[in-house]
Formats: sequence, structure tokens, C-alpha cells
Amino acid sequence: MRTLLLAGTALLTLAGTAVPAFAQVSDNVIRIGVLNDRSGIYADLAGEGSAIAARMAAEEFGNKVAGAPVEIVVADHQNKADIAASKAREWVDTGGVDAIADVPNSAAALAVQGITKDKKRIFLMSGPGATALSGAQCSPYGFQWTYDNYAMAAGTGRALYEQGKKKWFFVTADYAFGQSLEEETTKMVKSLGGTIIGSVRHPLGTADFSSFLLQAQGSGADVIGLANAGGDTVNAVKQAAEFGITQSGQSLAGLLMFISDVNALGLQSAQGLMLTTGFYWDMDDQTREWSKAFEAKAGKKPTMVQAGVYSAVKHYLKAVEAAKTDDADKVSAKMRELPVEDMFAKKGRIAANGRMFHDMYLAQVKTPAESKGAWDYYKIVKTIPADTAFMDPKQSGCSLVK
Amino acid sequence: MFSLLGVPPQVLFGQLLLGLINGSFYALLSLGLAVIFGMLNVINFAHGALYMVGAFVAWLLLTYAGVGYWGALVVAPVVVGLLGIALEKTMLSRLYKLDHLYGLLLTFGLALILEGAFRHQYGVSGQPYPIPDALKGGQNLGFMFLPNYRAWVVVASLTICFGTWFAIERTKLGAYLRAATENPTLVQAFGINVPVMVSLTYGFGVALAGLAGVLAAPIYQVSPLMGTNLIIIVFAVVVIGGMGSILGAIVTGLGLGLLEGLTKVFYPEASNIVVFVVMAIVLLIKPAGLFGRER
Repeated sequence: MRTLLLAGTALLTLAGTAVPAFAQVSDNVIRIGVLNDRSGIYADLAGEGSAIAARMAAEEFGNKVAGAPVEIVVADHQNKADIAASKAREWVDTGGVDAIADVPNSAAALAVQGITKDKKRIFLMSGPGATALSGAQCSPYGFQWTYDNYAMAAGTGRALYEQGKKKWFFVTADYAFGQSLEEETTKMVKSLGGTIIGSVRHPLGTADFSSFLLQAQGSGADVIGLANAGGDTVNAVKQAAEFGITQSGQSLAGLLMFISDVNALGLQSAQGLMLTTGFYWDMDDQTREWSKAFEAKAGKKPTMVQAGVYSAVKHYLKAVEAAKTDDADKVSAKMRELPVEDMFAKKGRIAANGRMFHDMYLAQVKTPAESKGAWDYYKIVKTIPADTAFMDPKQSGCSLVK
Repeated sequence: MFSLLGVPPQVLFGQLLLGLINGSFYALLSLGLAVIFGMLNVINFAHGALYMVGAFVAWLLLTYAGVGYWGALVVAPVVVGLLGIALEKTMLSRLYKLDHLYGLLLTFGLALILEGAFRHQYGVSGQPYPIPDALKGGQNLGFMFLPNYRAWVVVASLTICFGTWFAIERTKLGAYLRAATENPTLVQAFGINVPVMVSLTYGFGVALAGLAGVLAAPIYQVSPLMGTNLIIIVFAVVVIGGMGSILGAIVTGLGLGLLEGLTKVFYPEASNIVVFVVMAIVLLIKPAGLFGRER
């Protein structure tokens, strides 16, 4: 495909016909597909907000790079890996899509990773957390941008350990993502010298957590680690407050929490929670300015996933501009070469395994008294430098790391 | 200290109590479904959506009108009931002469529309609803910490369940209702306005769902998806109890809550399947349900 394209371009040049400036861009359009959950449990943390973020990135280039117009298309994968795969295939085969962005839900992302790897398309992952995406299942065209399960476990796990909380009990969502999050956190806690007292697995989409919380409460653990996401985490935190768990001295750790979850919970229930995040809107002038523009369009502050989509799409477009082509090999080489520098990531860099290294932040949810108003939710406790925030690429199991 | 299958009795009692709490939610919701099916022969798939609407009405009242929990407990069921009556008058009433399937399709469609509308407006993460001040805190029972609010939920829903059962099975009004389902023409001939009675029954059935929504609001997130998560279990409860059997719905709701509680101790991974396993077994052995009569 690529050689054909190159040959074609070369032929045209040789023939001396009028070659338009964007001859190296396939079908003369840079098309980016934002594929995520637009109606289910992850619709608030990604959804239309991610599409808005991608459009904001394109607008910064005047919707034009390397002489070709930029087009953002969107689709709903409904959290189903098969739908994600067929949509990605359709986009690549007949839709002229050059890059796929976001794709929360690790199962869906793993399916898309396989397709983009085979078909040589850029994959900008902001939503999925599975470390395999930049590990055993890594791809030369796949970039994991915002966070991953290792970063979440390392950030929150270490912080709580340093506060003297050494005995853990897990409440884990019983599917690939939850188990992987529990596993990463277990490794981190054990490597520091802590102990795991027990764990309980709950089905995905559980409304009533009282039973699991009671088991956790009775275990005598210092920390109850919630290895789940979205609505499950929200319900667990809310009911933990009801059962007096935090008042009795046990800490809750939301191992993957987004600002949309905190917003849904309200500060009354969420206060004091420790969490790791890749982005918070209220960090400096740049983040505030961007988030304000985002809020004007989306009606709410961005989550780290949405901000990550902006950053990844922007970096991709920057690389296309610099490489003057949408050829996936050249663009991905350019993406690795250029530093990632925008309001989301300061001095970010992309490792051989496709993991984008940037600073992560340990945050604590404010109390209602500390909060000055809507969306004033986090205190940034400390910055976790990029090098310790993410897994060493050599240990990731990715075959691209030499 | 003795233990049962490796589980200390404290844990077991705690879980049984929690099961009872969940069971009372199931009972309250399946009661409404059973009343509607028993009287109208309509399989009301919009029940979960109306439960969600009940919770949202409570949240809207609190957020925009400053009406607290106790006010919402009265207002929200009335709002949901009126909505139900409007739906029945304008749409459902046209389907009684047709196959059950049409009622099912209509109510399923209504559920999707209601959920879609709320999702569009409020997003999927849901909205927080605080526990009313009077019911904050809890009691230490020795074997577990029982939040006051959960105790209130059990008492409230059991009272309502019993009241409904009594009204339908033991009062004159209930007798009219039951007669009207058996033979509407004859009952109408006695001077009773059957269409109005049917509308009111539907309104009452969905008002129960709205009430359950208000009771659930402080425990769960007020989210557009909350009904979808629950409705399937509630349907299983109704099927196990026997379609249309009021006592069956109440007893089965509580019983399955307890069973689910036990499953969460011994094999938590199966806790959302156990209800359906029971349903399959009951359908095999007694197709009309535990309390149902063959028609």
C-alpha cells in the first residue's frame, strides 16, 4: 500500500504533471476517527467530550495540515469489542480514516490495536487503561497517552503506603480491567512491603455494594482499594460513606477515578479520596484557559481522558505537518521524534513501546468547605515525575523495546 | 466461636440483613409490576424507567425547588402516577384488545425514550442525592453497622407492600378491581367505570415504582441507567413469584434478596446470576411460578 502510494507519487512527479501540495496525503484529507462509548457508563468521561477535544485540536491548525483539510468523524462502540473492531475496520477500509483516537474500555482498545497494527493506521489511545496495550500487545502505530493501570497503581498505592497504610483489601470488578488493576496494585503494594489481606470480586455494573463493603470492613484492612471504574466506583464510594467506613479510620482508594465521577458523587461523599490523575483543569493558566474553552462547548470541565485526546490529536497533527505526509510509518517516527509539549503534557516523550511519558499527579478530593465552587474538586498533593509514574518500557514485555 | 462453612456468624447475619434490605426493593418494584399485570394484563417494561423518573423527580425537586426528601416522598410518586395515567389513557388503553406483545413493545419503547431523554439531559454518571438529616448515621448492632436509612427503607417498603396486598385482597375496592379483570363487561353493567379504574390501577402501579425510586435515590446514584440495571432482576422476581400474584411478588422479592445476600458471601462472582438460575429452575418445575395459578 505504502510502496504503491510512493510509486504513484513518484510517477506523477516524474511525469511532470501539476502535483498539488498535498499529494502525499491519501485521498487528500486527514481523517481522524474518535471511537468511544457515547451512550453507556463511560459516555461522561469520554463520549462527545472527546470528540469536542479532538475538534479543538484540529481548529488550532485551522483544520488544515500539510495542505490537506482535517476531518473528525465519530462513532459509538457501545463498550463492545466486536462493534469497535468492525467500526475500525470499516473506517480504515472504506472511510479513509488515517488515525483512530480515544477508545476507552480496554477490551475494545485491544481489538482496535490489532486492526490498526495490521492496516498501518495511527492509534491514539486516551481512554483505555490495560498495560498490555503498551506491553505484550504493543504496536508501532499505537500510542497510549493519558494513563494506564500501572500508573494508577503506582501513584495511589505508593502514596497511601507512605501514609502508613500497609494492609489492603480489594473490591474488584470481575473482568479483565479490574483484575489487571488489582494485579498491578498488588505488585506495587507487595514490592513496598505491604500486605494484601483479601479481595472480593463483584460483577460489572453492581448497584448494591453493601455486602462487599461489609466484608472489607470486617477484614481489618487499612485501605480498601476499589479496582473498578465509573458507576461501580461511584456507588461503592457513596455506600462506604453510608456504612461509616471512612469515619472508622479505614481509607478508601479509588484506583481509577475521573473528575466526572467526583462530580457525580458530590464532595460530601467523595471528600478525602486519594487518586492519581493525568490532568486537572485547575493547574496553571494554560490548563485553565483550555478547559474554559472546552467548557463553553461541552458544558462541563474536561476529564483527563478528554484532555488526553486533545493532546494526542494535536501531537499527531503536528507530526503530519512536519512529515508532510499521512504515511503511518513516517508519522509515527515523527511522533516519537518530536517532544510532546502542550497544555496537557509538559516535556512529554514517547517511548519505544508507544507509552507517552508525562508527569502524573496525586490528588486528594477537597472537602465541601475547601471547595470554592463548581468543579473545584482536587488538591494536587504532589507531582509524580514521568520516569517513576509509568512502567519502565524494558519491563513492559513489548517486542519493540530493544 | 462457631462458624458456618468457614463464615463467622456475624458476617452471615450482616449479609442476611443486607439481603433483606435489597429484597424489600425488589418486593416494592415487583409489586407494582404484579399489580399492573394482574389487573391490566400488560407487561410493563417501562417500570424501570419510571422508577428512574421517580428518583429524578426527587432530585429535581431538591435542586430546583428546594423540596426535601419527605416532600419528594409524596410528590414524586404522584408525578410518576400522573405520568403513568397519561400514558395509559393516550397509548396503552388502545392495546388491550391486542396480543400481550404489543403492550410489551410499547412500554419497552417508552422506557428507551424516557432513558434516552434523561441521558441526553443529565449524562450517564448520575447526580448525587444526600441522605435526609433525620436518617443520617446508623446503629451498631454488634455484628454489623446498620445505617439508619437502610432500616427505614425496609420498614417503609414492607408497610407499603402489606398495605397494597391488603387493599387488593381484603377490601371492597380490591374486590371490584379483581372482578373487573375477570369480566369487565359484567362489572361495567353494575355501574362501575372500568376504564377509569384501570387507568387508576396503572397509575398506582407506576407510582409504586416512583416511590421506590425516591427511596433508592439516597443509596444509589440518581442516574438514567438505574432502572435498566434493576428491571431485569425485578422481572425475574415476578416470574418466579407467578405473574400477577401480589403475595408472590412480595414474598419472592424478599426471599431472593436473602438468597442473593448469601451468594455474596459464599461465591460473590455469581451474585448477579443466582436469581436467574432460580428462575430457570422454577420455570422448569412450576411454569406458572411459585404463587401463580394456571390460567
